[in-house]
Amino acid sequence: MRHVISILLENEAGALSRVAGLFSARGFNIESLTVAATNDPTLSRMTIVSIGDDYIIEQIVKQLNKLIDVVEVVDLTATEHIERELLLLKIDIDQNTQADIDEQIDLFSAKIIDISEDFYILELGGKSQKINDFLKALSAFKVLEVSRTGVTGICQKR
Amino acid sequence: MKLNGAQILVQSLKNEAVEYIFGYPGGAVLHIYDALDAQNDIKHVLVRHEQGAAHAADGYARASGKVGVVLVTSGPGITNAVTGIATAYMDSIPMVIISGQVPSALIGNDAFQEVDAVGITRSCVKHNFLIKDINQVSITIKKAFYIASTGRPGPVLIDIPKDITIKKITKPVYADTIKMRSYHPVVNSDDMQIDKAVALIIKSKQPIVYAGGGCVIGNAHQQLRDFTRQLGLPITQTLMGLGAYPATDKLSLGMLGMHGTYEANMAMHDADCVIAAGSRFDDRVTANIEKFCPNAKIIHIDIDPASIGKNIAVDVSIVGEVSLVLAALSHALKDKKTADISAWWMQIDRWRSVDSLAYQTQAGVIKPQSVIEALYTLTKGEAIVTSDVGQHQMWAAQYYQFDEPRRWINSGGLGTMGFGLPAAMGAKLACPHRDVACVTGEGSIQMMTQELSTMLQYHTPVKIVNLNNGYLGMVRQWQEFFYEKRYAMSYMDALPDFVKLSEGYGHIGIKVEKPEDLKPALIEAFAQKQRTVFLDIMTDPSENVFPMIPSGAGHHEMLLAGRDKMESNNDSGLNLV
Ligand SMILES: Cc1cc2nc3c(=O)[nH]c(=O)nc-3n(C[C@H](O)[C@H](O)[C@H](O)COP(=O)(O)OP(=O)(O)OC[C@H]3O[C@@H](n4cnc5c(N)ncnc54)[C@H](O)[C@@H]3O)c2cc1C
Ligand SMILES: Cc1ncc(C[n+]2csc(CCOP(=O)(O)OP(=O)(O)O)c2C)c(N)n1
Ligand SMILES: [Mg+2]
Repeated sequence: MRHVISILLENEAGALSRVAGLFSARGFNIESLTVAATNDPTLSRMTIVSIGDDYIIEQIVKQLNKLIDVVEVVDLTATEHIERELLLLKIDIDQNTQADIDEQIDLFSAKIIDISEDFYILELGGKSQKINDFLKALSAFKVLEVSRTGVTGICQKR
Repeated sequence: MKLNGAQILVQSLKNEAVEYIFGYPGGAVLHIYDALDAQNDIKHVLVRHEQGAAHAADGYARASGKVGVVLVTSGPGITNAVTGIATAYMDSIPMVIISGQVPSALIGNDAFQEVDAVGITRSCVKHNFLIKDINQVSITIKKAFYIASTGRPGPVLIDIPKDITIKKITKPVYADTIKMRSYHPVVNSDDMQIDKAVALIIKSKQPIVYAGGGCVIGNAHQQLRDFTRQLGLPITQTLMGLGAYPATDKLSLGMLGMHGTYEANMAMHDADCVIAAGSRFDDRVTANIEKFCPNAKIIHIDIDPASIGKNIAVDVSIVGEVSLVLAALSHALKDKKTADISAWWMQIDRWRSVDSLAYQTQAGVIKPQSVIEALYTLTKGEAIVTSDVGQHQMWAAQYYQFDEPRRWINSGGLGTMGFGLPAAMGAKLACPHRDVACVTGEGSIQMMTQELSTMLQYHTPVKIVNLNNGYLGMVRQWQEFFYEKRYAMSYMDALPDFVKLSEGYGHIGIKVEKPEDLKPALIEAFAQKQRTVFLDIMTDPSENVFPMIPSGAGHHEMLLAGRDKMESNNDSGLNLV
C-alpha cells in the first residue's frame, strides 16, 4: 500500500542523506521525497511517499525513529490528512493543438505561467491523482518537460 | 586562558573519565596528539593498524562496560578503522571514534588524505558528527558519549577538521548534562505489556528463556538469573549472551542456533512460550524462519523498538531496559501460580541425554574441542576469552563454560576475522588482573598479527590459543558439506612459523603437536604471568563443528556429530550465508 510519511528532523547538513541512506541500505522504496525548512529554521519537514505492506511500513517508521536527527515520524496515511503536489510542465503548442490544450488547461484549472512562441509552461497543484490525470490528458500532445515536486502532506487534526 | 580545539577536545574526553585511547597519528590529528602529550590522565595506546585500534577499544568496552575510544587520522586512518567500527555496530558496543579531517576550507576539494568520513561510516555507526565550529567541540563530545552509551549502544564518530583543532577560544564551556529533543532512549516499559506477558507465562507448560547480548550489554545478568530461577525455567543463550546466565547452572541448556546444543534447539522448537530477553532473532539463531518455534507465543524484550517484529512476528512486545523489565516481570509473578512444567523438564532431560557436544577422540590427534576443555579446566572458567571467527570460535563458545558476563568477547554480528587479538589486548587493559586468552585460528590471526608489537609495548600479557587446523576451517566445513568437498581456496600453503613470528615480536612461542603436550604447554603459558605466549596447536584438520543446523532446516533438523551424514541436495539452503 502507498503511505505518506511525514518526518520532522533537525535541519542539519547530512540529515537528508541519513534518511535517504536508510532507505537505500534497507531496501525500502521511495516514490517521492520532499524536504524544506519549517517555520522553525532549526527543523525541516520531510515528506516521503513509499509503497510497502504493513510490515515494511512499520519497519520504515521504526528505523526512521532510530535516526538521531529525527524528531518525529508520522504515517499520515493512518490519519485524516491532506496531500498536495505541484506540477510544472513544458508543452509544445501549434495551430493544430493549441485549442485542445487550452481546453484541458481549463478543465483541470491549471495555470499558464509562461507563454513563448511555440510552447507553454503550465502549473498545476493538487492531489497526485489529479496530476496523473492531467498528464494522461496531455499525453496526446507533445510534452517537452515535466517537473513534479512530489507529495507534501499535513495531518488534519490540530 | 585561551585553549585550542584540540585542548578542548582532550579536556572533554577527560570529563568523560576516559582512561584509554586507542589510536594512530597522522597529519590531521597532530594537534590532538600534541594536546594528549601534555597530560597524564588519559593513556594512549599506539596500535599498529587502525582496525586494531577499533577492535582493541571494542574489547576494552566489552570487558569493562565503558565506552571504548578511538583516535585516527583522516583518509586512510579512518578507512582502516571502518571494519572495526562496523564490528562494534553489529554487536551494539559503545564506542566513540574521533577522526581527523582535512581543514574545513579544503573539504570537498579532494584534498590530500581527504575522505568523506561521515558518509563512509553512516551506515555502520549509531550516529556521526562533522564539527564545523570550535564552540561545538565540547558539546559534541558530550553528545557522542551520551548517544554511544545509552539506549541500544553503538559507535559514534566525530570527524574534526584540522583547523578546528588549531583555532583558539577563551572560556570554553563544558556541559554537565545533555538533552536532545530528537533522542530519547526508552528505559521503562509499559505496565500493560508486562501484564500481557505474565498472562502468557503463567499458562505456559513448555516455556523457555532465550537470552541474548542485550543482557550482557545492559548488565541484566542478575535480573536474568533471578527471573529464571524464580520460575525454574529452562534457559538458552545466544552466542552474544553467553555468561549472562551461568553455563554450569542446571537450568542452562547452552547455546541455541546453527551450532547450538540439541536440547536448546529442540526446546525452542517445541516450546509453547518463548521469552526473548535482549536477543534479536538473528538468522543464525532462528534457522529457517518458516520452521521457527511453530507452537510458541513469543514475548520479546528489547530496548530497540526496531528489533521487535523485524524478523519474527511477536505476541507481546516489551520495549525497555531488559534489567528493569525482568525485574518487573519477577515482581509481577511473585504471588502468581504458574503451570506445572515438570513434564517439560523430563522431555528436556531426554534431549540432554543425547549429549550433542560429545566428540570422538583419536590417538595421536589433538581434537580442537579438547583444547578448549583444557583451557577451561586450567583457568577454572575465570579467564576472559576473546575469539576470532571460524570453527575455533564455535568450539570456544561450546566448550568453555562461561558463568559470568563480559568474559566471552567475540564478533557475532559481523563475524570479523582479526577481531580476537586486538580485542584481547583491550580486554587485558580493562581487566589487568584477569587472565585473558585469545582463541584463534591460523587464518584469522594473520589478519592482525601486527598487534603483537603493540602488546609488547603496552605490556598486555595474553595467551594466544591458535587452533591450527591448516584450513580456513569454517569455509572448508561448508565446502565439505555443500560443495561436494571441492575445497576452493580454503587451504593456505606457506603458513608462517608462528613460534618464530611471536619470538620476533618479543613474545614466547610454543608449538604443540601431540595431545600429551597440550596440558603442560597450557600450564607453562599461564605460568608466564608477565608474558604474551603464542600457543600454536596443531589440531585435527578434518574436524567439523557439530551440532549443525544446515541452511534451510529447522531447529529440530540438526545434524549431530558421528550420527548424521551430511548430504545436501538442497540448493535453496545455499542462498543463506
Ligand atoms: C561463524 C558464526 C556462527 C554463528 N553461529 C551462531 C549460533 O549458532 N548461535 C547464535 O546464537 N549465534 C551465532 N552467531 C552469532 C549471530 O550472528 C548473532 O551475532 C547473534 O546470534 C546475535 O545475538 P543476540 O540475538 O543476543 O543479539 P545481539 O547482537 O547481542 O543484540 C542485542 C539485542 O539486545 C538489545 N539490547 C541491547 N541493550 C539492551 C538493553 N539494555 N535492554 C534491552 N535490550 C537491549 C539490542 O537492541 C539487540 O536487539 C554466529 C556468528 C558467527 C560469526
Ligand atoms: C574478514 C573476514 N573475511 C572472511 C571471512 C569468512 N570466513 C569466516 S570463517 C573463515 C575461516 C577462518 O579460518 P581460521 O581462522 O583458520 O579458523 P577455523 O575456521 O579454521 O577455526 C572465513 C574465511 C570472515 N568471517 N571475515
Ligand atoms: Mg584454521
